[in-house]
Amino acid sequence: MLDTLLSNYQEAVAMILFVIGFATLLFQRNLIRKLIGMNIMDAGLFLFLTSLGYINGRKPPIIEVQEAVADTYINPVPSGLVLTGIVVSVSVTAVMLSLSIRLYKRYHTLDMDEIYAMTLKEREEQD
Amino acid sequence: MSISEIFKIILLILLVVCAIAVNLTKRLLPAIIIFMAYSTIMAVVWALMESPDLAITEAAVGAGITSILFFLTLRRLSRMELTDPADEEAVRQADEVEETDS
Amino acid sequence: MRESVRSWFREELSGMEEFLDTEEKPDASRVERKSAVRRWEEQLLSNPQMQREIQRRQQRYHTIYRLVAVLSCVLFGLVMLYMIAHMPHYGFANPRADEVASRYLEEGLKETGAVNIVAGMILDYRAFDTLGESFVLFTGLVCSLILLRVGARNPATLKHDQYFDTSSDAILHKIGVLVFPAIIVFGIYVIFNGHLSPGGGFSGGTILGSAMIILSASAGFGTTDRIFTYKRLNLMTFAALGFYSLAKGFVFFIGANGMHNPIPKGVPGALLSGGLILPLNIAVGLVVACTMYGFYSLFERGRIGHA
Repeated sequence: MLDTLLSNYQEAVAMILFVIGFATLLFQRNLIRKLIGMNIMDAGLFLFLTSLGYINGRKPPIIEVQEAVADTYINPVPSGLVLTGIVVSVSVTAVMLSLSIRLYKRYHTLDMDEIYAMTLKEREEQD
Repeated sequence: MSISEIFKIILLILLVVCAIAVNLTKRLLPAIIIFMAYSTIMAVVWALMESPDLAITEAAVGAGITSILFFLTLRRLSRMELTDPADEEAVRQADEVEETDS
Repeated sequence: MRESVRSWFREELSGMEEFLDTEEKPDASRVERKSAVRRWEEQLLSNPQMQREIQRRQQRYHTIYRLVAVLSCVLFGLVMLYMIAHMPHYGFANPRADEVASRYLEEGLKETGAVNIVAGMILDYRAFDTLGESFVLFTGLVCSLILLRVGARNPATLKHDQYFDTSSDAILHKIGVLVFPAIIVFGIYVIFNGHLSPGGGFSGGTILGSAMIILSASAGFGTTDRIFTYKRLNLMTFAALGFYSLAKGFVFFIGANGMHNPIPKGVPGALLSGGLILPLNIAVGLVVACTMYGFYSLFERGRIGHA
């Protein structure tokens, strides 16, 4: 079991990165740091997916011969999936950043707890 | 263990170090620069893992556009901070004019 | 049946008219009660013992939050590491997982005409997925536009635009204008060789977008506004997405009805080969370039083009 874990060191590192990103998301109160944590989580997950497709001693899936043998190339399916994911993560980040700019415009802070306290106060005043 | 494998292990350790260092910086700008480094290292790791498509996309998207968006956000926020109250009044009035226009 | 349900509903609601009243009347007793509650609250909050109690509870909340967060992180990490310890070894072929992949690798060149199997996969076998992804990008741009738009006539923003304008920097201006054509050529190369070499619409489009970003940062928005007006950007995105939808719809229609595909595959390895993959790459590249430049423009000054 331990030797499997050692030989799968790349997946293990990917999951450690995911957990570090998750911890950043939970413990940091600054919205921009939370977003960086989310991006770290994304990249860790992509690293995990890619390492599932990697096979030792094989070439990237660019075929130069007429009759291709599948045993020469790595698995192209995770690459396609991750390519999709990278570009989606950018647009998610952009939308979240614009939301945090709007929050800053209104409350003049990026601290999550302060913003929450201010929204509570506002709701009380509305009642 | 081949040289490329040792190189990859060093890069993976660097990835973890970068991910932790983001949490330890006091200011936001170094955190974003460290994140940029993280993305670049990730691109190199993917190039070593025989997926050049991902490497080129991550180098352009993760290290390029995402970091630029973070920097621009910081600049926008500092710009808001620089706006003095008199200007703020002008901004609000202009916004109101615009809202009634549209 | 319907009548009985309706009558039951009416009976159920019969005693609740006063609660169902949608028009809220200014209720004097309610206002009074509220102010009484507010006074009581203020009285309580001014009590130092109560303040200590509140502080204690907040601290307890923070401790519990930290504890739960640490526990969930550690638990998740341990479960994941346990799972990884039971996975097949890294770097070895997994015959069960490679079934689809080997089919793509062996038949991909014949079926799609693309030398780069990843491009053939995301733009031929799974083209619908890529269309959805392009729409995600476009939707992200639209959301940012809604959230960040600042009017062009806003005097304070104009002043700050001038203050933060980087194009007055002589070194940046010279280098940016010098580098811009090279980056544009590289981006076009990456897009046009998407089916032959690593790259494709997404990375090439991002490179084109960053070239535009460099130009507008070094030469000022006046230069890029001449190329990328709001209208042109919209038109380009619309044309690219519409072309993608129509082309792929046509191919799906032909495939579903078992007709002969009139689009030639070409010689593998030639620039004009791979059927629809090259035009689709160009469409995706245009959408991505427009989106990236649009994001930059919106984050930098709150508008695209002159609008």
